[in-house]
Amino acid sequence: MEGLLPDLEIVRKDFPILSRTLANGQPLVYLDSANTSQKPQVVIDTMVDHLERHNANIARAMHQLGAEATAAYEAGRDKVAAFLGAPDRDEVIFTKNASEALNLVANTLAWPGERQVGPGDEIVITEMEHHSNIVPWQLLCERTGATLRWFGITPEGQLDLSNADELITERTKIVSFTWVSNMLGTINPVAEIARRAHQVGALVLVDAAQAAPQLPIDLAAMADDERPDLLAFTGHKVVGPTGVGVLWGRRAVLDQLPPFLGGGEMIETVTMERSTYAPVPHKFEAGTPPIVEVVGLGAAVDYLSFLGMDRVHAHERAVTAYALEGLATVPGLTVLGPLDATERGGAISFELEGVHPHDIATVLDTRGIAVRAGHHCAKPAHARFGVQSSSRLSSYLYTTPAEIDALVDGLEYTRRYFKLS
Amino acid sequence: MSTELDSLYQEIILDHYRNPHHKGLREPFEAEVHHVNPTCGDEVTLRVHVADGRVEDVSYDALGCSISQASASVMTDLVIGKQVDEAMAIHEQFLTLMQGKGTVEPDEEVLEDGIAFAGVAKFPARIKCALLSWMAWKDATSSAVEPVETMEETT
Repeated sequence: MEGLLPDLEIVRKDFPILSRTLANGQPLVYLDSANTSQKPQVVIDTMVDHLERHNANIARAMHQLGAEATAAYEAGRDKVAAFLGAPDRDEVIFTKNASEALNLVANTLAWPGERQVGPGDEIVITEMEHHSNIVPWQLLCERTGATLRWFGITPEGQLDLSNADELITERTKIVSFTWVSNMLGTINPVAEIARRAHQVGALVLVDAAQAAPQLPIDLAAMADDERPDLLAFTGHKVVGPTGVGVLWGRRAVLDQLPPFLGGGEMIETVTMERSTYAPVPHKFEAGTPPIVEVVGLGAAVDYLSFLGMDRVHAHERAVTAYALEGLATVPGLTVLGPLDATERGGAISFELEGVHPHDIATVLDTRGIAVRAGHHCAKPAHARFGVQSSSRLSSYLYTTPAEIDALVDGLEYTRRYFKLS
Repeated sequence: MSTELDSLYQEIILDHYRNPHHKGLREPFEAEVHHVNPTCGDEVTLRVHVADGRVEDVSYDALGCSISQASASVMTDLVIGKQVDEAMAIHEQFLTLMQGKGTVEPDEEVLEDGIAFAGVAKFPARIKCALLSWMAWKDATSSAVEPVETMEETT
């Protein structure tokens, strides 16, 4: 099959979990990578090595281990900056996950500062957001009196940009949207939306939680008016560990935002009267950060870069196209979202007439096939399509066509089990 | 593999799923609640009508999987017509069965069709599905028998 990673069987051996078996000796067919990705041995080993040999707190320990740990942590920042093509490595801020990165922005916009949001201001998001890119903005609007406005979704699962000029106006303070939908798989036009938002002086925040694992990102190569101002993603979906997320922001914008959490490491000096703050990135990294997680994330993005994000993306497209073909053969199955693999990411949500998603997931699980069932933290997008929940398969760089075959067989079996065929 | 599934999807459960008993919202009622399972989005709106300490009616509108739908159907069969304290005791037994990790032997005298859910206890991800409507019923009934709570607006 064209587009698959050339050494797929060797790549799979990098992921020890893929060779384990489940109950009744079933081999694992892991199709839940949009939820969390599996981890290659190099990430596991790098983290173990750090804990075994280099563990110390960073930036403050005046000893050799402290210097080693600090160097390893800051090397993680360099690797992430390279992975994103960030113009400046100090623009990379570590958070605990993508949600915290998005909340950092939504919170600091509520507080006094050059970018403070107030009554009469507007925030624009989309109906296809993950709850983590909805709720922080609802909270911001409740706290400031600003108004939340939404891009809709077309019946084909694309963002409806037909009213973009009415939605994004001089009142718009920030436009925050997902690059790749975790439910519909849609890839959104970042450049086009960013251009429009920048014309009215609004900030652009991109939720790249699903994009970073799949798409090559080169921020520095983007035209200035098409480049987002802020971008968030999480470590555990890019073959890294849980507990670490990333907020990238243009330095000028990060400098305008007030500090988020107060504490150690984010200060310049503290007196009883007042404190002054460290420059970015430390301004936004209060307290001891997730050190070993950052070290692991560095190894993860290096691993992805070694494979080549162009090739990872091509693999994802090939597997997604194959999955869409396979799903189309299952009677009563409807895919939610774009049907063209070139327009979408690797998460495919679907409905199977006559069987509830939970029941599908349970039947598949007894065959060793892991998918997600439910609302995928995207209730408004489900409501848009008049469904309460769906089943979702999500492939990744280690997914094989044979695993897609196993899923399609499993869905046929599910239909037979519930006497639909 | 299918024997494992069959322990979950007993024929009784599938029958209740296909033909749910007492479904639909009815009047009169003293309390109405809306419960959701936040992890999966299953929802139930449930009303109870209690008179003289007796469960006169339980009506509901629910969206969800076979387990949650069948469980609501079986629950209404079991509690309608019972004294509230008697129905609460049945609720307690069903809860014990669900939380027993498959080690509790269900009492058919008390749980009737509810014994079909014994297999659900071995599927941790599905226990909440089976309990959704039972928890809603307990919540609504507790409100209905508290005189102050019955004044609650139910639109």
